Amino acid sequence: MIKSLHKRKSELAQSNKQLEILSNGIFQKGELPTFKDKIFETGQFPLKAKKLEILQINVGYMCNQVCSHCHVDAGPDRKEIMTRDTMSQCLEVIKNTGAHTLDLTGGAPEMNPNFRWFVEEASKAGIKDFIVRSNLTIITANKKYNDLPEFFKKYNVHVASSMPHWTKGKTDKQRGDGVFNASIKALKMLNAVGYGMPNSNLRLDLVYNPSGAFLPGNQKSLEKDFKKSLLEEFNIQFHNLFAITNLPISRFLDYLIASENYEDYMYSLVEAYNPSAVANVMCTNTLSISWDGYLFDCDFNQMLELPVNSKVKHISDYNEDLLEGRNIVISQHCYGCTAGAGSSCQGSVA
Amino acid sequence: MQKTYYDPADLKKFGKISEWNEELGAKFFDYYGKVFEEGALTEREKSLIALAVSHTIQCPYCIDAYTGDGLQRGITKEEMMEALHVAAAIRGGASLVHGVQMMNKVNKLDM
Repeated sequence: MIKSLHKRKSELAQSNKQLEILSNGIFQKGELPTFKDKIFETGQFPLKAKKLEILQINVGYMCNQVCSHCHVDAGPDRKEIMTRDTMSQCLEVIKNTGAHTLDLTGGAPEMNPNFRWFVEEASKAGIKDFIVRSNLTIITANKKYNDLPEFFKKYNVHVASSMPHWTKGKTDKQRGDGVFNASIKALKMLNAVGYGMPNSNLRLDLVYNPSGAFLPGNQKSLEKDFKKSLLEEFNIQFHNLFAITNLPISRFLDYLIASENYEDYMYSLVEAYNPSAVANVMCTNTLSISWDGYLFDCDFNQMLELPVNSKVKHISDYNEDLLEGRNIVISQHCYGCTAGAGSSCQGSVA
Repeated sequence: MQKTYYDPADLKKFGKISEWNEELGAKFFDYYGKVFEEGALTEREKSLIALAVSHTIQCPYCIDAYTGDGLQRGITKEEMMEALHVAAAIRGGASLVHGVQMMNKVNKLDM
């Protein structure tokens, strides 16, 4: 199992080093336009926050997997974890905000010791869509997680599960040896309680990230291939596939640099820039909350330590009026969300 | 001076071919786009055919383009290599089948 960039004491574990790479080189030399220049060119600068619809909470960076592309740099050696106090502050906001979607992410969110308590409390708050981003293998990793499918069912949680491919080779390469078989087992357990079945209101969606330095193909076509293979080979069903572009930060940036793909990848992103995707990028209707309660425009800005451009910086000072209409903080990684069909935590946006 | 005939950066400039003859260039790219749309064959199947043909005509630009295209579509390296062997088998077979002509000629000339 590889170690996180933090554990390896890699210089890329520092967000300022990542931002330096994203600002200098091909962008500083003018070979490629900066994201700011690009959206200015298409009349979309500054990018403004609209009404809050999705509250995304990162409950900790601890994870049982160490995926090669992870933008969180999550892993078993990461100890950052949201406390019950911060969760309580989040619950207050959930009760008082107009957000219709609550999106719990990590790491493996289930590894937070207060995860179940938080799900129970948050489910009482009237959220319409309550998403948990599960890496699947956590369900089979330890006996204490084996009942997660029943737990999710009890609170009608919408499960969004990571799955980079329908074959073992590509999945294990990105996510670690044994991940494919464990994921298949977990998907069967979710199907067994009704998740992902046609006409079931227990939503099971898969989240696909390309396993390398290329952009995701057409989301609908990929979904068709995933559905066909998983059904024919394993009798597994799910609802939708969300195709997400890998953003050039953290471990994926490390991979791009080490494999000498960084410049070509940035060229691909810039070349695929789609102005119509900009209007619907997730940061315009989402607020990302870090494990220690700080506010960001998205999970990627959270990892780059680029806080919201507002007087309100922490969940304890939450004020919807002060946050709405704020200028969204951008850098070159934002090309990842505006390439091709666009990319968000819900998949394509254009 | 550039020391090789092929420059990977030229692939990105393919669209510029239209600049010196807009009408024919546009017709070509319109045709090209239509060819790769889903029809009786899926876009995925067409991508694999294109990859195999790219190797047969030994076009490095096409190999790069359709390897990348295949990865985007979730095509595995095993599928890509199988497609390539189909191309190689046809290409090898095309040489070998001419052996019949050689055999005919030998049979005619030889006592």
